[in-house]
Amino acid sequence: MRLLTHNMLSSNIKGVINGFPLRIEVEKVIEKQVDFNPDFLKNMFSKIDWKALADASKIMGYAELPEEVPDASVLDSDEFLQKFHHALLELHLEEGALVCPETGRRFPVNKGIPNMLLHEDEV
Amino acid sequence: MKLKQLESLLGNLQQFDNPKIELEQYPTGAHIASRMLYTAENSYGDVSDKVVADFGCGCGTLGLAATLLDAEHVIGVDVDDDSLEIASINADDLEVEMGLIQCQINNLNWRGQIVDTVVMNPPFGTRKKGADMEFLSVALKVASQAVYSLHKTTTREHIKRAALRDYNASSAEVICEVHILIHILLLYHNFDMICQNYTNFTRKKTLILLWTYGDLFLNQNNNLLHEKDIDVDF
Ligand SMILES: C[S@@+](CC[C@H](N)C(=O)[O-])C[C@H]1O[C@@H](n2cnc3c(N)ncnc32)[C@H](O)[C@@H]1O
Repeated sequence: MRLLTHNMLSSNIKGVINGFPLRIEVEKVIEKQVDFNPDFLKNMFSKIDWKALADASKIMGYAELPEEVPDASVLDSDEFLQKFHHALLELHLEEGALVCPETGRRFPVNKGIPNMLLHEDEV
Repeated sequence: MKLKQLESLLGNLQQFDNPKIELEQYPTGAHIASRMLYTAENSYGDVSDKVVADFGCGCGTLGLAATLLDAEHVIGVDVDDDSLEIASINADDLEVEMGLIQCQINNLNWRGQIVDTVVMNPPFGTRKKGADMEFLSVALKVASQAVYSLHKTTTREHIKRAALRDYNASSAEVICEVHILIHILLLYHNFDMICQNYTNFTRKKTLILLWTYGDLFLNQNNNLLHEKDIDVDF
């Protein structure tokens, strides 16, 4: 699971109000190289939740992103875009879990696939 | 990538080994899947460099077609782990990246406007009534640009009405119609594409493909038929 996916997921349990971001428990992280696409990154920059990405990236072992939302002028820096690219698209949570920040419910991640199925009393 | 090449790559994908009838697991054939995504890309620019979600992805055909047409990030969602496993093998075989999530579509709860395009061949709702409408309503919430979806022609009016009345569409029109021949029953069915225009600025347009043959996938013995049993000819 890429961190771009993590940036959209939120706890879907009924009644949960602050279900985003899901806390990441890491067992195994893998990296897969993909082509660098600066225009895509510039477009994503305004759509993603920066803090969630930076925190997730750090937990996954990559602490190169600024913790606070950077000014949009950083998008002119190739070095910044490379780091953003790596965190957003190349890091994968292969094994571990996503944890609901409000209830502590764990959603396991196996072979890179988060299991977000809910139990009957959660819908 | 050329259409023919896309179709041939999709034709080699592994499909459901033991389709679950209650989940309406019939695959989209390579012929239709390739044309659906090819149109989305070449006529509407909704695939390459975009974030694409495949709802009810099954073995991944539609989402994988999006990756082959250079979508930047593709996420397939399905309830069924057996299908997701096959989708993951298919992605490895094609050497492409497709994110997968196990979830019920109606419990998605995604944040933000990250997804541009949703592609799907939802259950027609022959097993679980209203399943198609559930998919449609979530897809229209999640997609910021467009939804491409396959439906039975018999439900066209109903879907149009619901999209306009309940899901925020400002207009809907049929823009394409083709015919599919299904050998088993030797019947012609319509394949329509509906274009809905949104005034909402976050949602510029939404496309819905309508297509019929769902019921016909069950043969006389009520067994699900596979793609190879069906000859699709435009
Ligand atoms: C008609 S098949 C399409 C499969 C694949 N997208 C394709 O085009 O070949 C419908 C898929 O939706 C999945 N499905 C059915 N109900 C679902 C639900 N409520 N939430 C998520 N997936 C569902 C089934 O497991 C099945 O894989």
